[in-house]
Amino acid sequence: MKRPLPSSVFLERRSYRRRRMMDAVRLLPIFAALLFMLPLFWPTAPDTPEVPVSMSTAVIYVFLVWLMLICAAYGLWSILWSARPVDVPDPDDSDDGEVA
Amino acid sequence: MTSVNQLVAVSLAYVAFLFAIAFFAERAAARGQGGWLRSPWVYTLSLSIYCTAWTFYGAVGYAARSGMEFVTIYLGPTLVMLGWWWILRKLVRIGRAQRATSIADLISARYGKSNLLAIVVTLMAVVGVTPYIALQLQSVTLSLGAFAGPSDTGALTNPASAFWVAGGLALFTVLFGTRKLDANERHSGVVMAIAVEAVVKLVALIAVGVFVVWGIAGGVQPMLAKIDASPIGTWQIDKSRWVALTALSAVAFLCLPRMFQVLVVENDDERHLQIAAWAFPVYLMLMSLFVVPIAVVGLDILPAGSNPDLFVLTIPLAEGRAGLAGLSFLGGFSSATSMVIVATLALATMVSNHVVMPVWLNAQGREGALVSGDVRNVVLLARRASILMILGLGYLYYRFSGGGAALAAIGLISFTGVAQFLPALLGGIFWRGASRWGALAGLIIGFVVWIYASLLPSFGPDAAMSARLLAEGPWGVGWLRPQALFGIEGLDPTVHAVVWSLTLNTFAFIIGSLVTFPTPLERLQGAQFVNVFELSGQPREWHAAMATSEDLMIMAQRILGADEARKLFREEADRQGIAGHLPEPSQAFLQRLERELAGSVGAATAHAMISQLVGGASVSVEDLMAVADESAQILEYSSQLEAKSAELTRTAGQLRTANDKLTALSVQKDAFLSQISHELRTPMTSIRSFSEILRDTEGMGQVEKTKYASIIHGEAIRLTRLLDDLLDLSVLENGQVNLNVETGRLEDVLEKAVITAQASGSGALAIKRRRLNEAVSLSTDLDRLAQVFINLMTNADKYCDAEHPQLDVSVENRDGAVCVVFFDNGTPIATSERDLIFEKFARIDGTPGAGAGLGLAICREIMTRLGGDIVLDPTQDGNRFVVILPAQAALAAQ
Repeated sequence: MKRPLPSSVFLERRSYRRRRMMDAVRLLPIFAALLFMLPLFWPTAPDTPEVPVSMSTAVIYVFLVWLMLICAAYGLWSILWSARPVDVPDPDDSDDGEVA
Repeated sequence: MTSVNQLVAVSLAYVAFLFAIAFFAERAAARGQGGWLRSPWVYTLSLSIYCTAWTFYGAVGYAARSGMEFVTIYLGPTLVMLGWWWILRKLVRIGRAQRATSIADLISARYGKSNLLAIVVTLMAVVGVTPYIALQLQSVTLSLGAFAGPSDTGALTNPASAFWVAGGLALFTVLFGTRKLDANERHSGVVMAIAVEAVVKLVALIAVGVFVVWGIAGGVQPMLAKIDASPIGTWQIDKSRWVALTALSAVAFLCLPRMFQVLVVENDDERHLQIAAWAFPVYLMLMSLFVVPIAVVGLDILPAGSNPDLFVLTIPLAEGRAGLAGLSFLGGFSSATSMVIVATLALATMVSNHVVMPVWLNAQGREGALVSGDVRNVVLLARRASILMILGLGYLYYRFSGGGAALAAIGLISFTGVAQFLPALLGGIFWRGASRWGALAGLIIGFVVWIYASLLPSFGPDAAMSARLLAEGPWGVGWLRPQALFGIEGLDPTVHAVVWSLTLNTFAFIIGSLVTFPTPLERLQGAQFVNVFELSGQPREWHAAMATSEDLMIMAQRILGADEARKLFREEADRQGIAGHLPEPSQAFLQRLERELAGSVGAATAHAMISQLVGGASVSVEDLMAVADESAQILEYSSQLEAKSAELTRTAGQLRTANDKLTALSVQKDAFLSQISHELRTPMTSIRSFSEILRDTEGMGQVEKTKYASIIHGEAIRLTRLLDDLLDLSVLENGQVNLNVETGRLEDVLEKAVITAQASGSGALAIKRRRLNEAVSLSTDLDRLAQVFINLMTNADKYCDAEHPQLDVSVENRDGAVCVVFFDNGTPIATSERDLIFEKFARIDGTPGAGAGLGLAICREIMTRLGGDIVLDPTQDGNRFVVILPAQAALAAQ
């Protein structure tokens, strides 16, 4: 695909911030998957001498992580939504970082 | 206690209410007031059809049996939604760009609009979703049974009631979803009703949850203590299932036909996806928030052996909360109905678009697309029949699976079935190399493994598969045991089926894609899918000229309906600037029409219908692609040709100029011949006459004799001079002349020339010189140079037609060369003749005088021999001959 010549290697502060927020949006599901897979390392009842994690702790952990991820997703969305340029319909058609 | 009859009445009232909502929503949309229908919240709520009766009833049962594992079914979709940027964004964009009507449509469109692939995907979807439909029947039947008193238990838990539930759902779906054929497969009414149902089921489940936590357990802290004290009070998971089920639910969320319908097909605005990305996880979290408390309380207060799948209903009933139980029933009913409506609609669309329509079109033959009559009736009929068939299959599965299995287990079988679409789907949108045969191989292998390892064993031992086969493998081949393929034992059956089916599927897909070569249309579509954010527009071309607008109109009317088709054609005609209703069948219009038709009958069918009218577009694409490689070479070749042609044009121009000159010279030569014969003849005639007089006249006096002899002598001299000139020229031209180089002064040469010229001339010409400039020393053939000067002066004397003829002779220094300028005040020589005066035999027309036209030619030859030149400067008045002296001649003297 033809790319327009970059007018400048560095972006102004606002666009730069937006792009970093898009990076965060992209990384969020990976982070979420890691957090949700964390319970795999907890000791389970039959095969460990340690005190197994109680169910209430597990429930609280899962729902707290869930809530935190939702808040993060909402936060990122609201930042991007308020910072979206008026003339561009989609905030992220370009998928690279510094120079579009 | 609420009677079953009351429940049925409430259900019917609820359905009537949903109908009213759908009706008003559609009317509002038709009037263009449906802005609120397209809000991101309605979109988010419509996604909730992911949460079926399985969630509503089954999740609690799942939690009561396996603890926290139930949550994986909601974590997967949460991850997919949070990661919207990676897959969903692209999927939605492609779905909208291609106007996909279903997942089968999208996959077939990606792989070259292959109808074979569409049929395979459709069949797989029907088979894969059948257990899921059965699950809804089972949950509604069970929930009705929970309300039934001891007296009517027998009547309601038997398959007969399931049959009535299935029949009711089928009727409901037919009435809801196929009242009319929407132009773009969007059902604003249905979506609105589903959104309302989403709210009902969420409210019902939360109400039961709140009642359980605060009404029974007595608050959050006691509830947590109760959880820890319950049979599921410690963290106990099968790690492989935790990972596999999270992944499987994520995959199913993408691949379920009904999810594709609401995520992609019903999507109005891509930005809604960004809101749903956090709003839908909120919904999922709320739906699962109270699952563990309800399960724990159910295990605690209900008698042992109660079906945990029904705790959501039986807890309120046991506590005497009939109203809450009724709400809970409605929640479950909503979950089941919304899922069944969307799932069967999505499947029916696929069946009618990819199986019935192609068959029907083929049966109609070549003229199929042109037969008059409304094809929409066929489509609607096909869809209604498909709905009945799909629910019928669901009912049969319910009957044969025994209706006793846990809801969660059935749901997972279904998930694994539809997950087989994943390699073809993701490969299709991210890998340009994915090919049709690869996709087909992957789908079929994955599907076969799923049937063998998951679906058939689910009926239980000795139902579809014998217990011996399950335990020992077919023909006693141990490594083919359905639940321990390749001898790997000890895996959970679900994990086993997921891992093997998807692994073999992906493997076959990749290998198949690597070894086959895609058709041009496939490659074009592949590029469009993978680069959907960079590309827009369709490079595919129809042979537009072959279709007439009338044919297209007839076809469009049958699919889109008369009004819709007329509107479309009029809009296009306006856009093309044509008065009237029929636009030109241009490329752009055909592509637009195809997309519009694809919205109603699917991409493959629409493509086939347009092909029938327009003729082999795919052939033309193949031609184009074949030509594409050559065109670069052709371009280069043609630019070479262009250069050559320009060169030829130049040469031709030069030849034309040369030819013109030759023709002019030939004319001159003819003129000269007549001139020379005249010139020779005149003196010869007088010589002959006077010699005859001298010979024949008797008694002529001496004076007369002398006179005649002088005339003869004079004429003879003239002839000699003429012949001398000719000889001179010939010698000069042949390069045989010997130059007699001497050193002298220009001044002296000019002086000699002036004297000679004036002596032989008429004497009328006044020659003006500037002697000061003439002090130049020369080293050249001075006599020849003088001959040139004399010739120029004599010419001026002869041809200058001014009243007082005058010749200015001056010496100039021009670009380092010494020039002698002869400037007379006569009539300037015409521009057309300037080129010719230095040629031999050139004589200017209409000038008096007896020259043979050799003088200037001789002058030029002499100057060329001496290393100089003679030119005629263009002037407005008079003639300005410039003799350019040889440079070295002047320099040598200085």
